[in-house]
Amino acid sequence: MTKGSTPTVRTRRGSELLLILFALLVGMFAYANVGLAVNDSLPTNFYVLTVSMAVIAIVVHLIVRRFAPYADPLLIPIALFLNCIGLAMIYRIDLGSDTNLASKQLMWTAVGVAAACLVLFFIKDHRILRRYSYVSMIVGLLLAVSPLLPGIGHSMHGANIWIKLGPFSLQPAELSKIFLAIFFAAYLVDNRDRLAFGGPKFMGLHLPRMRDFGPIILVWIASLLILISQRDLGTSLLFFGLFVAMLYLATERTSWIVIGGLMFAAGVGLVVSKFAHVQQRFDGWLHAMDSDVYDRVGGSYQLVQGMFGMASGGLFGTGWGQGRPFVTFSYSDFIFPSLGEELGLVGLFAILTAYMLFVQRGFRIAISTRDGFGKLLAGGLAFVIAWQCFVVIGGVTRLIPLTGLTTPFLAYGGSSLLANWIIVGILLRISDNARRPVPLPLRGASTATPDESGPNLPVRRTSARAAVAAHSNASAKELDTAGHDWAVAQDAQHTQVVSREAIDFPTDVVRQLDAESAENQILDDSRDSSPLPPAITPDARRSAYPGQSSIIHTGAVPPPPLPDHNEEERP
Amino acid sequence: MIVSVEIGDRNNMSALAMTLLRLGFLFLLWAFVYFVVRVMRSDLYGTRITSTASVQAPAQPREAIEHGAPTSSRPSRLVVIEGSLTGTQIPLASSAILIGRSPSCTLVLDDDYSSSRHARIFPQADLWMVEDLDSTNGTFVDGERIFQPTPVPIGVTVRVGQSIFELQR
Repeated sequence: MTKGSTPTVRTRRGSELLLILFALLVGMFAYANVGLAVNDSLPTNFYVLTVSMAVIAIVVHLIVRRFAPYADPLLIPIALFLNCIGLAMIYRIDLGSDTNLASKQLMWTAVGVAAACLVLFFIKDHRILRRYSYVSMIVGLLLAVSPLLPGIGHSMHGANIWIKLGPFSLQPAELSKIFLAIFFAAYLVDNRDRLAFGGPKFMGLHLPRMRDFGPIILVWIASLLILISQRDLGTSLLFFGLFVAMLYLATERTSWIVIGGLMFAAGVGLVVSKFAHVQQRFDGWLHAMDSDVYDRVGGSYQLVQGMFGMASGGLFGTGWGQGRPFVTFSYSDFIFPSLGEELGLVGLFAILTAYMLFVQRGFRIAISTRDGFGKLLAGGLAFVIAWQCFVVIGGVTRLIPLTGLTTPFLAYGGSSLLANWIIVGILLRISDNARRPVPLPLRGASTATPDESGPNLPVRRTSARAAVAAHSNASAKELDTAGHDWAVAQDAQHTQVVSREAIDFPTDVVRQLDAESAENQILDDSRDSSPLPPAITPDARRSAYPGQSSIIHTGAVPPPPLPDHNEEERP
Repeated sequence: MIVSVEIGDRNNMSALAMTLLRLGFLFLLWAFVYFVVRVMRSDLYGTRITSTASVQAPAQPREAIEHGAPTSSRPSRLVVIEGSLTGTQIPLASSAILIGRSPSCTLVLDDDYSSSRHARIFPQADLWMVEDLDSTNGTFVDGERIFQPTPVPIGVTVRVGQSIFELQR
């Protein structure tokens, strides 16, 4: 009954801090190295840049300590590590081409990190996001099509994937992927049983039933329309891949991956044969080395130059500042070949390993979290980072056609940094909820962390069921004072069943609890259809009816059984 | 001539320094990866399985209970001793523990043979009781199916679906 009886979970915040410092050290080293190699002196704004980066890192660390103490300790260091390397590379390209992108990128880093902090601050429980599933869908779709809207849509470099708001160009697909991941997670957690239902078996694959093809066909059509209208394979591949991957995560049916892959290949084949501008992009990929494709405007010059750069980097690279990574967009779409030139294969593999570790943490969070929505969301967000790396790096290495997506955290670009840091924030929040030692998984919706709710926890803000969880959450000190009044401290549902019949509750309390319980039902991940009765915690009861707790004496009368929620039962 | 030698030396020195910086940075990159992996090492092996010794230990009290000896001390944790969650421990604090497939349960089983809200373990007076929540396949205490709340002494097995738990001190 004391704090010691709950399992001690190491928060690992110390490890996080050390790794953050190490990531900063790597960044400082790279930055200093660039200056020394190019100008024989430290960069002019060396201290400004490194100190501001350090301040950003320490602030986010402190925020995590305060608002998500049990969050995964590796996400921030890895993101920061990649971000620092990206910054150094962008600065290096600045020196070579007389631009000033590094300080803008630093500003965007600060914005992105601030966004992650806001996510941690405002979203106390990731299950809140499930309430906004249809809002997310609409926002996600609007963002996805916004580059086509007249007025804000903005075409650059042959792809319509930007919008222009005042002085800023944004790539809305980056933000849209988060909203769509939230929607897909909420949708699939409700429908996965149906979508997993087996249809005919074909070549060892359990095919889904024909009538369950609706959603995937819708997403397929949407992504093909994006491909046609925005002339960018990346965005379309990003959305469709995200949906198929989350479908697979939700249903564990390999057949969805096969079906999705075939559908996309067929769709892209069709589009390529019908639309000349998409065809042209594919030519640049398939026949990159042809000299007329190479020389053509919008041809493969950029792609091939990037590959030459990587080739000249070789195994160990030329060293910071020693190469010539000045192909167009060497700081954004082509930052990966630029890094390949200066850090070599060994350096690229370290970066790829960092991505892999990041994604592994995401999937690990998905495994350890208990609610289906959180699992799907964490899995989907981790996948989207991995998928984006694949699409970009596959593009610049000519594995797949070149796209206009950016490498997460590395590449120059405000929307990309912002979106990916928000993903970090959401993953941190989910992992904090997953690792926090709580006997019961439910917690107050937007409210009570145990430390805040204090000893007079009850009715105040927590909804009924949430109060049970928060109650057991804070059980350490609370129940000691409450004594071992087991007749009262029964499981909440029982108390409720008895109490509704046995005594009149003050109606306002009941009404409040009912309302909040109905609201909280959305957060409850159990797929039971009948709403659980609102439960009253012992503390809530006591505050409502001081001194009458002994009325309920479930010890004498065996409590009535709970309503059966087992309609999804399989034998 | 001396001057030119000096310049040559300086260039060599700087080339050497640059190579050292270049390789040093690559080393630093991999050192970061190494430290990250070190931190997550504890995580890679999954749930810590309680050693067989400590799982076997309660066999003694079980005998005692079967012979009707009262147990004086209270159980402090629920341990899964068989099934996919083997080794998982849940501290027995003060609130009831809900067992089942539903994600809202305290102990979420990934088991087709358990119901979404299968059983409940709750404290009553000095005892922990288990109650079957109208599950399809039933809850078994010490091998016998239960139909009403039944006390669970320390070391007696409770079977839910394919998982077996017991309370430990």
